[in-house]
Amino acid sequence: MPALIEIERLTKRFGSFTAVDDVSFAVDRGEVVGFLGPNGAGKSTTMKMLAGFVTPSAGTARVCGHDVVDEPVAVKRCLGYLPEGAPTYPEMTVSGFLGFVARVRGYRGSEAEDRVARAMRLTSLEGVRLQPIETLSKGFKRRVGLAQTLLHDPPALVMDEPTDGLDPNQKHEVRELIRAMAPEKAIVISTHILEEVGAVCTRAVIIARGRVVVDATPRELEAPGKTLDEVFRELTLGSAREPALAATEAA
Amino acid sequence: MGATLAVARRELAGYFATPVAYVFIVIFLVLSGALTFTLGGFFARGQADLQPFFNFVPWLFLFLVPAITMRLWAEERRLGTIELLLTLPIAQWQAVLGKFLAAWAFCAIALALTFPLWITVNLLGDPDNGVILAGYAGCLLVAGAYLAVGAALSALTKNQVIAFVLAVAVCFVFAAAGSPVVTEFLSQRIPVLAEVARQLSVTERFGGFQRGVIALRDIVFFASFIGFWLFANAVAVDHRKAD
Ligand SMILES: Nc1ncnc2c1ncn2[C@@H]1O[C@H](COP(=O)(O)OP(=O)(O)OP(=O)(O)O)[C@@H](O)[C@H]1O
Ligand SMILES: [Mg+2]
Repeated sequence: MPALIEIERLTKRFGSFTAVDDVSFAVDRGEVVGFLGPNGAGKSTTMKMLAGFVTPSAGTARVCGHDVVDEPVAVKRCLGYLPEGAPTYPEMTVSGFLGFVARVRGYRGSEAEDRVARAMRLTSLEGVRLQPIETLSKGFKRRVGLAQTLLHDPPALVMDEPTDGLDPNQKHEVRELIRAMAPEKAIVISTHILEEVGAVCTRAVIIARGRVVVDATPRELEAPGKTLDEVFRELTLGSAREPALAATEAA
Repeated sequence: MGATLAVARRELAGYFATPVAYVFIVIFLVLSGALTFTLGGFFARGQADLQPFFNFVPWLFLFLVPAITMRLWAEERRLGTIELLLTLPIAQWQAVLGKFLAAWAFCAIALALTFPLWITVNLLGDPDNGVILAGYAGCLLVAGAYLAVGAALSALTKNQVIAFVLAVAVCFVFAAAGSPVVTEFLSQRIPVLAEVARQLSVTERFGGFQRGVIALRDIVFFASFIGFWLFANAVAVDHRKAD
């Protein structure tokens, strides 16, 4: 059986600039992949292509066996996607917003209510269910986005910086949540918090300047007696220096 | 269809969650009333009908409808919610149609709130209510046509001011195409185009409704006009969504 998320030679160019360059990896059920890389490395762009928001320039990706370009709606049905910054409609209340997502996803009546209630429970939002989202604090807004992602209990999850802006307790909660869901799902999370990788991820994929530089388990990465921080810096700074070196050599 | 309606419902509720809806409705009612009673000579004409009102509505919509549509897609881009909306399991045309239906329903509400005018003519005289009904139907179709244009243009730009100005300009072209100034100018020089301009003119088509004539070809015109612009809207969203 193929993996739930398969990325095959995915490439995205903006004009002459290549934001994502020939990225391939697969995520199986039970795996949590930490998608790492410095700012501007192409993490969000890759995730947007997985979610069918950005059209790939070359290559393709499949979620639950559906091609993101040919069957976008089928992909979106089986994918929970948290966009970067967790956008939500500010004027809506928390339960109004989640109710809207439930209806668009085709749930009606008591099933919709159950789904909304469950998503709010998972993200501890019950206390603010009737509050307009714009009046919530940043961390709560992010949790609303997270609730939206989990509403339909999708087999595949792609989350762009899910713990950004959360307090330490909430970070812990979200990590626990991810760990609890992990056995039945294929999960990709991007993050800048390297300790998170050791805490929840079964694998780390590091990209720099659009290219995959490492695809390994957190243990393998740390093996040579270095911290993840050091490894990350080495891998990503190294590739960032390349063009400068090449330029001096050419001159 | 359920998903389309869910999008429409959310959108329509969104109008009333901000002052936009109330400002729009109040301005529309005040302007349409004022123009009808002053410039339109509602009483002076001594006739029990709504012709003066229907004369102004397409021109009022020319400015007011783009004010609704300018934020339709621009706002989604600004908030980043376009990424949320378009990664929910709906086809792009469903999102486009849902937004359009919401805006159209909103215009219908604004039009329905002019009912005191209708009551007034019925109290003062004995109007042909069939003609009035046809006139209202025509107004709604004109609103739909302008909305479809404005929505498509708002998908092209992040900037709401640009979206507004473009929409007014393009709607004006379709409004003015049938006016005597344009058709006479064209018929003296390029007679073929004069006929084309008249055929494409929204106000020319509206004229029939205003006289109480609901012709199939006019309905087909509005339906294809709206359909064309909604299609353009879907294409624009698809190409510009992630920019
Ligand atoms: N619509 C666009 N047009 C042009 N360039 C873009 C566009 N979107 C992204 N880019 C560029 O693509 C590159 C990758 O961006 P991306 O958002 O994927 O980075 P990221 O890895 O998510 O970074 P961060 O850690 O800061 O979130 C960046 O250099 C960015 O400027
Ligand atoms: Mg990013």
